[in-house]
Amino acid sequence: MVKEHDNLDSHGEQTLSLRLRVWRQSRGTTGHFEDHALAAVPTSASFLEMMDMLNEQLIKEGKDTFAFDHDCREGICGMCSMTINGMPHGPLPGVTTCQLHMRNFRDGEMITVEPWRAKAFPVIKDLAVNRSAFDKVIQAGGFITVRTGSATEANNTLIPKPVADEAMDAAECIGCGACVASCKNGSAMLFVGAKINHLNILPQGQPERERRTLAMVKTMDDAGFGNCTNYGECQAHCPKSITLDVIAKLNRDYLRARVKEFFSSTGKPRKGGD
Amino acid sequence: MSACSCCRPASIGKKIVMALSGLVLAGFVLGHMSGNLLMFKGADAINAYAAWLHAHPGMLWGARVVLILSTVAHIWTGVLLTLENRAARAGGPAVEATRRATLSSRTMPYSGVVILTFLVFHLLHYTFRTVALGGQEFGDKVYEMVVAGFSQPAVAVFYIISMILLCLHLSHGISSVFQTLGLRNERWRGRLDAVATAYGWLIALGFISIPLAVLLGCIK
Repeated sequence: MVKEHDNLDSHGEQTLSLRLRVWRQSRGTTGHFEDHALAAVPTSASFLEMMDMLNEQLIKEGKDTFAFDHDCREGICGMCSMTINGMPHGPLPGVTTCQLHMRNFRDGEMITVEPWRAKAFPVIKDLAVNRSAFDKVIQAGGFITVRTGSATEANNTLIPKPVADEAMDAAECIGCGACVASCKNGSAMLFVGAKINHLNILPQGQPERERRTLAMVKTMDDAGFGNCTNYGECQAHCPKSITLDVIAKLNRDYLRARVKEFFSSTGKPRKGGD
Repeated sequence: MSACSCCRPASIGKKIVMALSGLVLAGFVLGHMSGNLLMFKGADAINAYAAWLHAHPGMLWGARVVLILSTVAHIWTGVLLTLENRAARAGGPAVEATRRATLSSRTMPYSGVVILTFLVFHLLHYTFRTVALGGQEFGDKVYEMVVAGFSQPAVAVFYIISMILLCLHLSHGISSVFQTLGLRNERWRGRLDAVATAYGWLIALGFISIPLAVLLGCIK
């Protein structure tokens, strides 16, 4: 049996020895897992810091490092994107990979690290995937068309507190793509639902509501995302705990937009906002 | 996915077709199951009910046309969704972890295929009367036909297993109808899931009671 003080570093902090199975892939190849051993990982290190340690070890050994996405490392940018033991952002619900700490793993544990797996998110290298399909969805309607310039007087547009709260809950989405990676259908409905909701429930979002909904759903479909079949895995893996409510409302808004388009006075789709 | 979006119906469009056709079929099984329970009231009751149905061919065929269209739409969207979703997943991760997807939600295509197989057998059995009845002619004697059909344990067990899978299919399907039509939120999610599961069991147990009663000799 390993005594606890056997795993302490020079600062008296507990450390872990890990076996890592990490995905290695370059563009145009099918990819494979590589096994590495990493010792003396402090339990206070974040998962990304552990990956940094692995890369430093690889540099010392003269080997190629693993590419992975990261940016703010404080859980708000949506860049980090690893599937850890089958779970996007790892085993701790409601956090991103950068906010996942090694104290959530056991000494000697085998950890499998993979990229987001979805047809719409092709692998660029190793653990980094191309998420520009999300950008295309946002470009299709994830904005409001306003005259820019100095900000208007805040009280011109009154928004009841519950509505503002609901919009803010949806706007919490950081667009990391964990919903797509966790969905057994590779569906992006939680992301699209969040983005559509945070604009569609606010007064500023009303003029382009139908156009936005139809355009964003069409772009989502064209990007090759799957269809939601109400598994609920996305909500369970979302680092911002966005709920399936946004998908229910997206479905409702889509139905409403199609009905309004069908019965519009010209019989043609509206082009408003373009 | 496919380059031509005109050939590929919108994702939410397919879901709505699937939900509405499923709703028609789910409503039908309740009606069918209620009618079947007349077996417990005796031969005269169910035979009279069958005769009454056949005496109104307009109503009977109207219902049949709606059911056939719903079945075709349900299967068509089901196949499309399953194939597209498999492709979109791109094989999935090497390690598969499931946090909250229910057994029923993950087995929808499989339970669907078994129910379709059952449906074909059931129509050949009691509607066209070409299989598993030993070539006997029953005419309007539905009661006698059902007793003869379920007296074969293999047939009765196949019906019972199929109905358990129907329960599984309904428990995810009914709760999904609310989600797809946008009539659900976090507060109602659990309650609607419970309603869906209860509905699935109600239908399954109602149907199962008849082959079980024949097997146990309660209906002769």
